[in-house]
Formats: sequence, C-alpha cells, structure tokens
Amino acid sequence: MNEMLERLKRDFNISDIIERKPRLTTLTVSKQSAETLLRELRDREGYTHLNFITCIDYIEDNIFTLVYVLHNYDKKHSLSVHVNISRDNEEMVSIHTLWAQAWTYQRELREMYGIRFPGSPRLDEDFCLEGWDQIPPMRREFDTKKFSEERFGHREGRHSDVPREHMKVELYPNRGGDEK
Amino acid sequence: MKTYTGHSSALDFAQPEPVDMASGKYVRLWQGPQHPGITGNMSLELILDGDTIIDCKTHVGYLHRGFEKLMERRTFIQNFTVVCRIAVPEPTFNEYLYSHAVETLSGIEVPERAIWLRTMNLELMRLASFLMWIGGQGGAFGQYTVANWTIAYRDFVLDLFEEMTGARIYHMYIVPGGVRAGLPDGFEKRARDIMDGAEKMLEQVERVMFNNVVFKARSKGLGVITPDMIDPYGIVGPNARACGFARDLRKDEPYLAYDQLDFEVITGSDSDAYERAYLRLQETRQCINLIRQCLDRMPTDGPFQADMPNVLHWKIPAGETYVKAECTRGEYGYYMVTDGSEFVRRVHVRGPSYTHAIAVMERLAVGNNIADIAGLMVSLHTYPPEIER
Amino acid sequence: MFKKSLNTEDTLENAGLTIEEQQLFSNARPQAYEPYPIKAVEDFANWARANSLWILAFGTGCGAIELRPLMTARFDANRFGVAGRPTPRQSSVFVIGGYASVKTLKRIVRSYEQMQGPKFVIALGICPVNGGMYFDSYNTVNQFDQYLPVDLYITGCMPRPEVLIAGIMELQNMIKAGKCDGANRYVENFDWYKANQKKVIKNWDMPDYNW
Repeated sequence: MNEMLERLKRDFNISDIIERKPRLTTLTVSKQSAETLLRELRDREGYTHLNFITCIDYIEDNIFTLVYVLHNYDKKHSLSVHVNISRDNEEMVSIHTLWAQAWTYQRELREMYGIRFPGSPRLDEDFCLEGWDQIPPMRREFDTKKFSEERFGHREGRHSDVPREHMKVELYPNRGGDEK
Repeated sequence: MKTYTGHSSALDFAQPEPVDMASGKYVRLWQGPQHPGITGNMSLELILDGDTIIDCKTHVGYLHRGFEKLMERRTFIQNFTVVCRIAVPEPTFNEYLYSHAVETLSGIEVPERAIWLRTMNLELMRLASFLMWIGGQGGAFGQYTVANWTIAYRDFVLDLFEEMTGARIYHMYIVPGGVRAGLPDGFEKRARDIMDGAEKMLEQVERVMFNNVVFKARSKGLGVITPDMIDPYGIVGPNARACGFARDLRKDEPYLAYDQLDFEVITGSDSDAYERAYLRLQETRQCINLIRQCLDRMPTDGPFQADMPNVLHWKIPAGETYVKAECTRGEYGYYMVTDGSEFVRRVHVRGPSYTHAIAVMERLAVGNNIADIAGLMVSLHTYPPEIER
Repeated sequence: MFKKSLNTEDTLENAGLTIEEQQLFSNARPQAYEPYPIKAVEDFANWARANSLWILAFGTGCGAIELRPLMTARFDANRFGVAGRPTPRQSSVFVIGGYASVKTLKRIVRSYEQMQGPKFVIALGICPVNGGMYFDSYNTVNQFDQYLPVDLYITGCMPRPEVLIAGIMELQNMIKAGKCDGANRYVENFDWYKANQKKVIKNWDMPDYNW
C-alpha cells in the first residue's frame, strides 16, 4: 500500500494522502493527470470497480471537487481520488472509455452541477429533471426552499416547534447564550 | 499484477446508431411510468422491430426529490428522519448506513447489544424485501398465485417490525448511537414461529414456481450477464454472484455482527434470469437461518444506545468517509463529507440499481421479445427510488 | 342527460402540439356529467359505482408500497369491489401515493384525463396536503389539489392498509350519498386547474385535455 502510494506520488504527483479508515484512503490529483492516474489504478493496481463519481461544491474556494471512489476486490481497499476543477469553467476529461457505467454518472453531474464532460454519450439528455429552467440545482447558490415557495406555493397552517426556541424562551429564560 | 480487460463495445449500447423511424418498419413504444410491468415508477422507451427490441432507453427521475440537496439543509439528527425514504421498498439500510457514517466521523462506539439488534433488523428487512421480490418475479411471468402467497406472508414479517420498532415500513429505529429500543417480551417466540412458517411457504414456492415448465422456458437464457461485464458496469450483489464472483460485503468486509455468524457466500454458474432467481431463493433461506442465529446469540441485557452528545447542538469535525453494506441488491453505500458545522456538507447515496437499471438494462434488453422485458427487469432487482433519490 | 354538442368557440388551443399532431388530438373541452333525472336510478347507479371501485395501477410514489399488501388475503380489498386495473380507460379511482414530482405530475394529469367519469381521486399521506417532509424540495409539489381535484385525503406516512380500507369505505359512503363530484369540479374550474398545471409543468407537449 505505502509502496504503491510512493510510486503514484513519484509518477502522478498525488498529494493530500490521508488514511480515513483502514480500508479507505483519500488523495488529490491535478486535473491534467487524473485520467491517466485512474487508468493506471484500473489496469495495473487492481482497482477495477468504480463505486461512483460525485462532486462537492466548495463555493467559498470557488472550486468543484470531483470525487472518484475506486475499489480493489483483491486487497479489499478503496481509494477516493479528488480532482479540483474551477467553478467558472467547469469541464473535466470524460472517463466513459474506462468504465462502461461512467457515462450515467457524468450525465447526472452535468444536470445537477453543470459540469461538462466532452465526448460522454448522451450528455445533454435530461436525467432527473424535465423542463428545468433554473441554474443546476445542486450548486450551493441555488436556494431550494425559496424556489419551492415561489413555484409551488405554501399551504397555511403548518406549525413548527423548534426545541431550541422553546428551551430558550420557556424553560431557561435567564440563561442567556447558546451552550456548547 | 492482474491486467484488466474491459468490454470495448459498451458504447454501441450507450449511444447506438439512430433508427430510421420514417421507414414505417419500427415502432416506438413506451413501457411507461403507468405500467404494471415495471418495478416501480420509471419508464423504458423501446424501439421494436416486430416483437423484438432493437433499442432501449431508460428514463428515470419520476421520483426525484433532491435528497442530497435536502440533506444539506438539515442538521445531523434531522436527517435521520428523511433518509429512510430514499429506497422505498427497503428503507432500513439507509438508516443503518447514515448512522454508521455519522458515528464513524464523530467517533461514537455502538454498544454490543445494539450491534446485534441492528443485525437482526437488517436481516428481517432483507427477508421482507426478498419475499416481495419473489412475488414480483412470479408475477412478471404470470404466476400471480406466488405473488399472493409471498406478499401476504411478508405481512407477518411487517408485524414483527411493528412490535420491534413501532411502524411497518419506515421504522426509524436505527439512530446514530445505537437503536431506539430493546425487544418486547415474547418477541423471540413469535419470530421463531414466523421463520418456521416462512420456510414451509418457500418450499411450496419452489415447487410451484421453480419447477414450472413455463417459468423455466421463459427465464432460462434471458438477460445473460457475462463475466466480462461485471467490472466495467459495476454490477454487484446477486447479479454478480450468479456469475461466479464470490463477492459479498458481509464476508469480505464484515460489519455489525456478521463476523460472528456463520454462513456461506452462495454463487451460481452463469447469470441468466433463472439462475439469479434461484440464487435469491437460496439467499432467502440463508436469511432465515441468519435470523435464527441472531435470536440464539443476541445478548439479552445491556445498553442499546451509546451516550450521545447533545443532538441539538451537534457539530462533527471535518472529515470524509464512505460506508457500505450488502443489501438485497448488492453494495449500498453512503459517502459523507462534513466540514465542522452543524449541517452535513455533502451526502452521496450510491444505490446498486443506478447501474443495473440504466446501463445494464439498456444493454440486456436488446434482442429480447417484448413480453419478457418485465421479467428481465425484475430479475435484475431494480428499485427506481434509489436511482434518482 | 349529457350536454349538447359544443360550440366552436368553446375549443381548446393545444398550443403545445405541432401542426401535424393537432390533426390527431381532439380539441374539445371536457364535459361535466349530470345525474340521472330519476332519483332511484341515480341511487342505483351510485351504489353500483361505489361497489366496483377499480384503481389505476400507477405507483406514483411511496404510498404504492402499501397497495400491494392491500390486495392480498389478509386485508383483501377485493371484497369491497376494489381491483387494480392496468389502463386508465377501465379504472375509476386514481390513488396518488404520496408526493408528486413535477415529471410524475405531468403523467398523472395525462392518466387522470384519460379516465372516464365519474372518477375519484384519493390522496395518500401528508405530502399532497402541504408538501410533507419535502416541503423545501425543488421537484415536488406542495399543494396537490391545485392541480387535480381530490375527493379524499388519507393521512399518515405510510398509511396502513387498515386506514386505506377505512378510506375506501368513507369514499363509498360519499359516493352513495351523491357528494363525490371531483370530476365535475375539475370541468367547472378547468381553466384554473390548467393554468396551475402549466405554471409548474414547463415542457407541455401534450394536448390541453387528454381525452
């Protein structure tokens, strides 16, 4: 394991290697080397199973972090490969030739985040949403509650009991401040 | 080092040559959302040449509620109430995986009795789900009697759930930290009676369904998954085990109490609809056996929930984890990222039907008779809600 | 007993269809049905309708999971005359099983309009009432009765099969008393319902009324 990581560090310049659990290690790779790293992991290191491709929106740093989680059935170990791409020009190399299921994940990311994967089959087809005319919904600047109230309305009579308010006002009015 | 040989013609199925619809030779038919022959609320857009399918496109999204966005707006303890609705026919695995991910990230240890209770709850859920599935597979080929038997018997298992957790379908029993309550008195005897009855009923089901000439003729050779399709398409669960790959997360990466139970991984030889169905029948019997073992070995006293921090002010340190479990359909996973605040940063739910229902289904449907599509879809055991969450 | 043939000004626009498709679909407005002039005949017809409620087999959401146990021997909806039908032409009850996403709402509208009157809508669960736990979701509707008329609400998450049977019995009593007129309400307020639907369903490529 460590020997493999040393080799990958030398050849692909991976960084931020953190062992989250005995069976899961995270690493970050640059956008240019990502596809060749995934190919190497699949072909020569035995990480043949692609669990999923997903994306985390770090709006405060202005990046999208694409996450590819691969699994090795022989060593029973998973690698989570992080690739940072820019939020303004969201484009990434498509890996639909590496795994036959990858095009579905890429299609979903295109719809939910707006990330383009040039060459991926049926990329612009609607996946979950039909007739969607707003920004891609999983982006953090999209306010889903506001949209739901404007588009679908809001039925009166809904009553919420927030325990924190109840405790502050009714049970402990002289306490003052939030306790950790 | 083993080298990898993927299947190179996958793109032929993902993006096939367009069909000349103006020639009048082909018919475009939607086996659409309102149809008794699909496993839930999704649709297949089929292009037929006579009775044979030459192209199939899966359309999902009819059940999309945007869970991953909703979970970012709720605190950790509020999320546990919504997650069970992600996979509607088999909700408990979501509760367990969400709780496990939160416990892994915040370093909470679950007590011994809670581990056994969780194991038994998950195995009962697996039994209920398989009983519904057997009914669905029989019904897809016209054997509605089998469906009536198994779905009616499943009600007794739902009664057990009601005793244990308070609800039939959405239990909300497995919370971060343990479970919500212990077992009521007399539960063990009732559970054993129901397991005995289930075994007798499964014998009858095997005689009626699996020895039936029509079922065999229709399902043998239907939807064959070859071994070189498993890794490129990410096929997991009984679909892959029927091909000969002995991959079961309960044995490979044991979680909960599975390292203390004894059971074997069941495999088949070549994965067509009949083999997959028979494998699932055997797994149902194995499941009954596991429930009996849990009832034998479970500790009867001890705490069932760990000491939790104040859940209304619960901040989990920044981190990331991926937890998985073996549900009836394969590997179910939760990927969770936290950033130190009260809200979860990102949750991604990996349902096994994501690839089975879209990429694999579109490939296996080509070349089949339209009458067999319902049976093929049920034999892959796909549940639409976990595809689009 | 039915309205006379329509005036030509009273037709629908069908703006969502192409010119060729407009030849294929009808552009007539829906008609309301009036009760039989003799009360005894109407009572008999209501009794017959109440005792043969055929449900459309469309599992629109979570609620569908409790419909299958309802049809098995333990709860046995068949003794109430309830059966599941695969096509809207043969069914009279539409069971909205829980939440309705926008994509499903379009198909619900399409199936509902293809059903022949008298038809009834039962809404299961809390989600059709005020959005339920998906109140802040960008893809589920919050108030279902803005889009289709609902005759009976059965609350719960999931409603148990016993509650479903109680709901069916309540619906039967309402039909026998002649008070179940969801379909007529739809026709009378057709423009309001259609405007609400079009506000939410953006890709309207079907006729304005799916006969």
